[in-house]
Amino acid sequence: MARIIVVTSGKGGVGKTTTSAAISMGLAKKGHKTVVIDFDVGLRNLDLIMGCERRVVYDIINVINGEATLNQALIKDKNCNLLSILPASQTRNKDALTLEGVEKILEELSKDFKYIVCDSPAGIETGAHLAMYFADDAFVVTNPEVSSVRDSDRMLGLLSSKSRRAERGEEPIKEYLLLSRYSPERVKSGEMLSLDDVQDILSLHLLGVIPESKSVLTSSNAGTPVILDEKSDAGQAYADIVARYLGETRPHRFIDEKSGFFRKLFGGK
Amino acid sequence: MSLLDYFRSSKASSASLAKERLQILVAYERSSDSQPAYLPELQKELLAVIQRYVNINKDAMTINLEQTDNRETLELNIVLPDAHRV
Repeated sequence: MARIIVVTSGKGGVGKTTTSAAISMGLAKKGHKTVVIDFDVGLRNLDLIMGCERRVVYDIINVINGEATLNQALIKDKNCNLLSILPASQTRNKDALTLEGVEKILEELSKDFKYIVCDSPAGIETGAHLAMYFADDAFVVTNPEVSSVRDSDRMLGLLSSKSRRAERGEEPIKEYLLLSRYSPERVKSGEMLSLDDVQDILSLHLLGVIPESKSVLTSSNAGTPVILDEKSDAGQAYADIVARYLGETRPHRFIDEKSGFFRKLFGGK
Repeated sequence: MSLLDYFRSSKASSASLAKERLQILVAYERSSDSQPAYLPELQKELLAVIQRYVNINKDAMTINLEQTDNRETLELNIVLPDAHRV
């Protein structure tokens, strides 16, 4: 049986697709057969971040409508043969995504894959609902910023009431916090909510802090998940997150300022 | 702690303002989420009935449903205007 992970946030632009791409690659690199599904019908972007946009032939809606088989729609990642991508449809109506259709796809994928990563669209409409409905684990991507924290809190409410596990009265979805675009310098100067501030409100199990990093943009420019940039801080943060999720103990990083003589002296911004 | 931190800490940071606003908002939204969907409508109708007899305004009435393990309490709090007090 596969483990189904939803990457969610409510708010747009906080790093859901970046995270989906990074953690699915990370899980595959660790030797687990993984598939990542784009649920953002009408505005697909996971293909671009994964660098497979020119290889998309069929999409999830084609599979639901029986116009293609799952194997025809799945794209094998060029960097890691244990990773596959199921793209969203770019042109069709989002209502084409149905609960029954998604359930059937996930059941079929469960036979073949160890991890299924569902990249949720922003908002709380059909795509977001279906991305989380069947989940076992939720990666809640949050920025240290008021609207993102508020939306994350709303999503937590939905995860505990509008999911299959909730409706069946099963063990609830495991919720994890991924605090992204974190800037320890700005936290120190009091301009940004700290990890503790965010945790005082959300109190989730922390999987990791991803620092604000130039490498996220350069990786998306190139169409390679940022986790493959092993030298970058964001890449390392995601590698830690994957390791922690798989049960390794790794000390948290990127929470405090890098120390340096001049920074200490002047408390540089 | 650097020398500059000493001066910085003298004024309230924008992050602490953000946290305060969030805590209030989130607490409110969580409590309204846990209440049944019919509650606002019930409050509106109750208010209309009471207003037939007593001239109160909307803010003078609060309604609250509390749930514990084995019972539910519907609490209705109406502040009557001075003229109606005996």
